[in-house]
Amino acid sequence: MDKMPRWADVILVPLINLVLAFLVSGLVVLAIGENPLDAIYFMLKGALGSTQGVGYTLYYATNYMFTGLAVAVAFHARLFNIGGEGQAAVAGLGTAIVLLSFDWPHWAVALPFAIIGAGLFGAAWAFIPAYLQAKRGSHIVITTIMFNFIGAALMGYMLNGLLKSPDTQNAESIAFPAGAHLPTAHEVFATFGIPFSKSAPLNISFLLALGCAFLVWYLLWKTRLGYQIRAFGHSEAAAKYAGIPAVKITIITMLISGALAGMLSINVVMGEQERLIKEFVEGAGFVGIAVALMGRSHPFGIVLAALLFGVLTQGGFELLWEMPTISREMVLVIQALIILFTGALNNMVHDPVERLFIRLKKGKS
Amino acid sequence: MGSEKIEGRQDTAAPAIELKGISKAFGPVQANKDISLSVNKGAIHGIVGENGAGKSTLMSILYGFYKADEGEVYVNGALTSIPDSQAAIAAGIGMVHQHFKLVENFTVLENVILGAEEGGLLKPSLAKARSHLVELAKEYELDVDPDALIQDLSVGHQQRVEILKALYRHADILILDEPTGVLTPSEAEHLFRILANLKEQGKTIILITHKLKEIMSATDTVSVMRRGKMTATVKTKDTSPPELAELMVGRKVLLRVDKKPATPGKTILEVNNLRVIDEDGVERLKGVSFEVKAGEILGIAGVAGNGQSELLEVLGGISTATGSVKVHGDEIDLTGKHSDGQSRRARGIAHVPEDRQRLGLIMDFMAWENACFGYHNDPKYQKNAFVMDNAAILADTEAKMEHFDIRPPNPRLPAQSFSGGNQQKIVLARELDRNPEVLLIGQPTRGVDIGAIEFIHQRIVELRDAGKAILLVSVELDEILSLTDRVAVMFDGHVMGERITSETDEKELGLLMAGISEGAA
Repeated sequence: MDKMPRWADVILVPLINLVLAFLVSGLVVLAIGENPLDAIYFMLKGALGSTQGVGYTLYYATNYMFTGLAVAVAFHARLFNIGGEGQAAVAGLGTAIVLLSFDWPHWAVALPFAIIGAGLFGAAWAFIPAYLQAKRGSHIVITTIMFNFIGAALMGYMLNGLLKSPDTQNAESIAFPAGAHLPTAHEVFATFGIPFSKSAPLNISFLLALGCAFLVWYLLWKTRLGYQIRAFGHSEAAAKYAGIPAVKITIITMLISGALAGMLSINVVMGEQERLIKEFVEGAGFVGIAVALMGRSHPFGIVLAALLFGVLTQGGFELLWEMPTISREMVLVIQALIILFTGALNNMVHDPVERLFIRLKKGKS
Repeated sequence: MGSEKIEGRQDTAAPAIELKGISKAFGPVQANKDISLSVNKGAIHGIVGENGAGKSTLMSILYGFYKADEGEVYVNGALTSIPDSQAAIAAGIGMVHQHFKLVENFTVLENVILGAEEGGLLKPSLAKARSHLVELAKEYELDVDPDALIQDLSVGHQQRVEILKALYRHADILILDEPTGVLTPSEAEHLFRILANLKEQGKTIILITHKLKEIMSATDTVSVMRRGKMTATVKTKDTSPPELAELMVGRKVLLRVDKKPATPGKTILEVNNLRVIDEDGVERLKGVSFEVKAGEILGIAGVAGNGQSELLEVLGGISTATGSVKVHGDEIDLTGKHSDGQSRRARGIAHVPEDRQRLGLIMDFMAWENACFGYHNDPKYQKNAFVMDNAAILADTEAKMEHFDIRPPNPRLPAQSFSGGNQQKIVLARELDRNPEVLLIGQPTRGVDIGAIEFIHQRIVELRDAGKAILLVSVELDEILSLTDRVAVMFDGHVMGERITSETDEKELGLLMAGISEGAA
């Protein structure tokens, strides 16, 4: 069977999906009496029109890269990890514990330990559903969702008790020591003499996310473990024939997935908030599912999809500001339409485009 | 409503089915190219061809599953459009599929009227069908208990229900797609008696098969298809199996396997009292014992589903069992930590599974990724403890592709882009390349074209001559008879009997396959 060229599958089809999503969103905007072109203009300007906008956009994109990669790694083993939200939250606990334990002399020293803390806690939160799936056959979609709630409850408990800052009424920890502050984009660019918004939360976690994307690619397509993960994901029966240990692969994959979701806390807790607050994940765990879907579970696609969702998030906030008739729910509708078209309705575009390519090719030969 | 189709007997000149210039393409694949075919009324017309030659596509067009891109269909001399199976039935065409389309927990009667019920209440339809069924059964030797549940019937009886369904819908033209694939030899004989009966009553039968023997014994005329084209239509009595094989493949084919007599050495594989109970608590293997010596091929014959698959899975480390299996006298772990596929491979057991697409290959993986599948832990494929040496695997795959003549010789194509025969060669190249002590091989040539069958059989014999033990499971008796040195017949989870291949014949094995063991001498 013939297929369309790879570039069409990876670039053209998502692009058409996106255009369709924008067209339908445009109709929605039109229906409430606003000009859709204006809406797009405000969104793009808000997301990309200033260094502050770019700073926010890339900050959100960093989160989505982490959670998107987490979903994708699990998905390669045909495990649907819906628990990125909870794993990231619990990882925040790990980050906070590490950063509050010492008076860190320098961020470069603190960062590796924070990564280990976040990774371990995130992985630990994924371990229990993984174990239940591998050994008991409890469906991982159900257990990871449940663990999101348990994770949220655990956070609330810790932030109202053991970790609660005595200086405030809010459920949050005390601030991390100054030596644990990650360099922001403003500081990094300043060393090169380039001005960048001081208020934007973008920090060097962005580079960590790009690094993680590369590592995930290397893991999946270059290592023996990745080979086994992909084989297991494609066909459990064949994996059994080959003697690939199902329990081990399931658990290891979920540990990696949980640790990746946990990296979000480096960006948000360590990089931006510089203390642990409640509900810092803000739904990024779920957006990661859409990002992984749109990125076809490939790290490169995930980076691109995360950037797009970063634009949507930041642009959406700006749109709220610029167009008062557009409510927060409206922005959610637009984002949901994009997820719907790029994820759920992908085949609607994919199959006709493929047929078109095959017909073109046949016409030529 | 009441007016039935008038039998067009007076117009004997017009053929029952005439196809003119039928073409059908799926994407870039031309499944049928300008096919013309004429099937005489009251004849049994065979259609042979390799897998993928386009037989099934052609019949699907005739039965309304596919729409032809070009061409015309004439039924009894009249141009007929067949957009769906309802139209096919209305035109008097009935089809018995390879995989039966029956509702397992319905009775025979309920299945027969399914889709042909009249009115809102079932009772009158059932009563009408019952009397009709009795007539049909008498007329054509098609006796089945109308009140039996399908799931309680043997495969042969289920097939009769399919034929009854077609006849109940007044089919004058019956298409049978590989009807004997799942039957024992005696059931197959009964089927051909039924077909002869139907022919005598003026029905037209189109028989699709890849078994040349059936063509020779049952048909009046035979058409050969190759690569989407109709290459020849000949009178059966004027042709021979070698000629048909040549027409199918396009070159001369060795139908016999060229091999020397075996010189068995000491025992390598010993299987003792093997028992398997599946998830539903059903005993699939009920104490199976046999041994395979160095330099011999032991065939496991039997109708599909009598425990052969379970046997291969246990020996290959896919499922667990009780009993004992020894290789070179050393016990093998059947339930514990070392009962997985990796441990089996470490003990020199290679396994070419029955279902290569489900087990033996990852269809989305590229050929080179499949070429190390199962041996991915081998140090020669590793750069270090974590990283695979993809370049080495690629080079290794290229060598294998040349050695086994795998086409196209591109290691970067996904497994699903290869034909059935070449997929099988990928698995075979991988497993034989290890020079295993024991080779387990299930249905070595299922879905493989005749040209590749020859090649695969030669490789198996080569391994035997190198002094290895080979356990070959096949439902094709011809393959068992021509390739193996000894044969064990399985029935209902038992080994019914063992024979020296050269001293037995199809008839004796057929009885054992049906579970009849008297006359065991």
